[in-house]
Amino acid sequence: MPGKLRTEPGVADPDAFYARLIELHEGLSQDESNKLNAKIILLLANQVGDDAALQEILEYARNSLKK
Amino acid sequence: MAKFQDVGKARRRARQARRTYPFTRPQELGSPEVRHFPVVIAGGGPIGLATAVDLARHGIASVVLEKTNTVSDGSRAICWAKRTLEILDRLGTGEQMLAKGITWNQGYVYFGNDPEPLYTFDLLPDKEQKFPAFINLQQYYAEEYLVEKLAACPDSELRWQNEVVGVENGTQGVRVTARTPEGEYRLDCDYLVAADGCRSPVRTMLDLDFEGRVFEDHFLIADVRMKADFPAIRRFWFDPPFNPGRTSLIHKQADDVWRIDFQMGWHVDREEALKEENVDRMVRAFLGPDIDFEYEWVSLYTFQCRRMQHFVHDRVIFAGDSAHLVSPFGARGANGGLQDVDNLAWKLALVLKGKAPPALLASYDAERIQGADENILNSSRSTDFMTPKSEVSLAFRNATLELARDFPFARRFVNPGRLSVPCVLDGSPLNTPDEDRFTDRQRPGAPCIDAPVRVAGKDMWLLKQLGDRFVGLYFADGAAPKDVPGVEVLTVSSGFAANLQDCKGLVAKHFDAKPGTFYLIRPDQHVAARWRRFDPARVGTALARARGGSNALA
Ligand SMILES: Cc1cc2nc3c(=O)[nH]c(=O)nc-3n(C[C@H](O)[C@H](O)[C@H](O)COP(=O)(O)OP(=O)(O)OC[C@H]3O[C@@H](n4cnc5c(N)ncnc54)[C@H](O)[C@@H]3O)c2cc1C
Repeated sequence: MPGKLRTEPGVADPDAFYARLIELHEGLSQDESNKLNAKIILLLANQVGDDAALQEILEYARNSLKK
Repeated sequence: MAKFQDVGKARRRARQARRTYPFTRPQELGSPEVRHFPVVIAGGGPIGLATAVDLARHGIASVVLEKTNTVSDGSRAICWAKRTLEILDRLGTGEQMLAKGITWNQGYVYFGNDPEPLYTFDLLPDKEQKFPAFINLQQYYAEEYLVEKLAACPDSELRWQNEVVGVENGTQGVRVTARTPEGEYRLDCDYLVAADGCRSPVRTMLDLDFEGRVFEDHFLIADVRMKADFPAIRRFWFDPPFNPGRTSLIHKQADDVWRIDFQMGWHVDREEALKEENVDRMVRAFLGPDIDFEYEWVSLYTFQCRRMQHFVHDRVIFAGDSAHLVSPFGARGANGGLQDVDNLAWKLALVLKGKAPPALLASYDAERIQGADENILNSSRSTDFMTPKSEVSLAFRNATLELARDFPFARRFVNPGRLSVPCVLDGSPLNTPDEDRFTDRQRPGAPCIDAPVRVAGKDMWLLKQLGDRFVGLYFADGAAPKDVPGVEVLTVSSGFAANLQDCKGLVAKHFDAKPGTFYLIRPDQHVAARWRRFDPARVGTALARARGGSNALA
């Protein structure tokens, strides 16, 4: 695929970020976790901005579930 | 006498044929006199043995008291990291380890039933090193080599079937009670090194404990002996068909022994899981019906990432598993413990010789707690990734794995174990912070990187020229500068006249050296200080600092 998508590593310390992400969910109910994820996605989308890239991400993610 | 009881039902077919060592009646038994040693070491595992060998190199006599009469009866630690091999090379067993061990540099990570790896990694970015990134070798070999080495140290003793049963810790020394098959006796020492393993009886005797986490999962370890033409790489599976929803690993050891590791989940019945037919079923599912194998060792583990709050308690010093525990996925247990030894022995020796204040030992606490925390952090993260604790973390984990098929960025998030690398002792009280500009790599606190050098026309390795004492590396063509007391200065240049001929230019490259650059290197081969220009006064101050603030020079 990638057209607009950044696929090379971009996060400086992936292990630390991943750990923080998981910690964030600690003690939350499933509903709360879903909402947390939704908020994170919307904030990241706004951060990315680029319409074409966002479109690609949405399509990729959806299609990948069908595999 | 089995060291570890939890070999389970498969034991009947597991081999435990390491040699045993004879009990020798200690001369102290039945004598009213209490003998004094500078150092007593509780526990003759890899850490206790290495401590004794290292101390002997510094001229410090010690006695190791070991409860059992043999080395580790299971393979236990199998992955030995480059830095560990370098430390063992300083102690004299590195080359044996390398010769007997299986060298590997690559890891393959698989996901699901895809026969192609999700990604592969290469562990050795620096070529031209004496030792590879890792070798695999059963722990008992590492211990046997150290036992042999120790036997050649005339002032050190290793006493089998001597169990430490009493410890009276004081500010001036320690009185140790040892139990033998023929009775009990006592010893006095200036320092007791507690290297008595994760259940450390010494720790319990001092009413001390661990802090940290226990992971709610079980792992079945089956070390099997078989002729298989699998590659000598670390192969790790997430959600393989032969262990659905969990992880597994296979890795080659010496003598056609292979480690196979199955994540089992938290709710297993230990007895059931260890029954021969159940172990067989797991192993067969992995290997298929056609490969003949025998068990070498079978065990069921839960993992912990914990440490003591402090490693130094008056005159008792904890090292290895007694001080800290990690899950094995980063191979950071014995590798971390040997860095304890490397850090401790020279300090203890200087203090015992009156060449450094006892305060130097506080830096062992600071530096190795930093190392332990790094190991615990990395091992905890790996374990968390492998054993997601909640639905949402499982979703993230599986999403990461699926993304990793398509995208390089996601492979960086996949965590099948971050393998042991040496700790850079940033912020250590023994470091002299840089005043001059250098690249980060060999900054104060970093262990020196090996490189080929020529000494008197002969091909050698840099690290073999360092260690056991303070060394100054002076990058210059001219003569060595006037000696700094307590430091052996070695000149490094591309010319023949230097003590160390930098034949490939790699020493200068790694150390970011220019003519005139001077490095002060600790006895454990870590950088203490560095300058662009040699200034004896500055070196003297840095040396005093690296010795715990002492002005007493050699
Ligand atoms: C399944 C598994 C896989 C592992 N893989 C790796 C790996 O790949 N790489 C790695 O680096 N590490 C690995 N480890 C960790 C490694 O085995 C340990 O970190 C290492 O053995 C610690 O050494 P030690 O000397 O501190 O303790 P131990 O090896 O436990 O030795 C302690 C010794 O003290 C003795 N003792 C106990 N009590 C007394 C007493 N009262 N008096 C006298 N003696 C006593 C015991 O008999 C024993 O000999 C693994 C561990 C396990 C379980």
